[in-house]
Amino acid sequence: MAHDAIDQEQVLASDWGGGRSPFDVGWPKLMMWLFLVSDTLTFAGLLAGYGVVRISLGRWPVRAEIFNLYLVGAMTFILICSSATMAVAVSAAKRGDDRRVIPYLLLTVLGGLLFLLGQAYEWTHFIGEGARLFGNPWGIPQFSATFFITTGFHGGHVSVGVLYLLATALRWSRRSIQPESVEIAGLYWHFVDLVWVFIFTLLYLI
Amino acid sequence: MAEGTHQDGYRIYGVVWFWLLVITLLELGAVLVHLPHTLLVISLLTMALMKAGLIIAYFMHLRYEKLSLAYAVVTPMFFLAIVLFAFLGPDALSVLHRR
Repeated sequence: MAHDAIDQEQVLASDWGGGRSPFDVGWPKLMMWLFLVSDTLTFAGLLAGYGVVRISLGRWPVRAEIFNLYLVGAMTFILICSSATMAVAVSAAKRGDDRRVIPYLLLTVLGGLLFLLGQAYEWTHFIGEGARLFGNPWGIPQFSATFFITTGFHGGHVSVGVLYLLATALRWSRRSIQPESVEIAGLYWHFVDLVWVFIFTLLYLI
Repeated sequence: MAEGTHQDGYRIYGVVWFWLLVITLLELGAVLVHLPHTLLVISLLTMALMKAGLIIAYFMHLRYEKLSLAYAVVTPMFFLAIVLFAFLGPDALSVLHRR
């Protein structure tokens, strides 16, 4: 019996024995992480599909001649900047540096809006050159299909992120949320930036 | 996280921001100078993974979380990468060769 008692003590003392949070984060943050893992699978599916189509075709239009890489570079720059301002907003919220939270959240929103503007311009230009979801002048229909679906899905995430950040800023100004909520919104925003790293590399550069 | 003055506490984000920009410029540079294809693909993927690592570790704070959370997030990605390369890669190539 004494032996069993010791075993039970050891189990309870371990991270997974119950009685404590194994991940040592609150549930809202854990849920956001799990959502981001599942959202990663969504984008991985889109990018893997793109990879299969492109490799199996063996030919693909030269992106540098179709897209303005400087514009895409500028959009990437803006998104990275907005991720940095978001990180500052989160850090400020957590350390009680109140006067920085709202301005940096709004700067992040501005970055997101500028990015969306760049994307709207790019899509307009691309469509103006004849690109459609199921066809384009470059003779490889899958090229514009994967482009519209992947960047569109990402752009949707950015749009939702902008609304999410605006709501977060509003609720923070009303003092109705804890710093952890700002941090969770930050996780989402950084994830959007993270996905763009791969879209930028795989769709435009490689 | 209260060490140093407020200004010092934000420095890490400036540093990460700087390196993300440097790597992005290197990526664009690699495309604009027309590196040989294989070298270009390998270097671009390496740089993308470096950027991803910086964002996840510092912006998303995963470096400062408990290791169990980091494993819970990173392990699925690891297996996902293996499955995608192992199953879809050969499939795509076999379609290419049958054309």
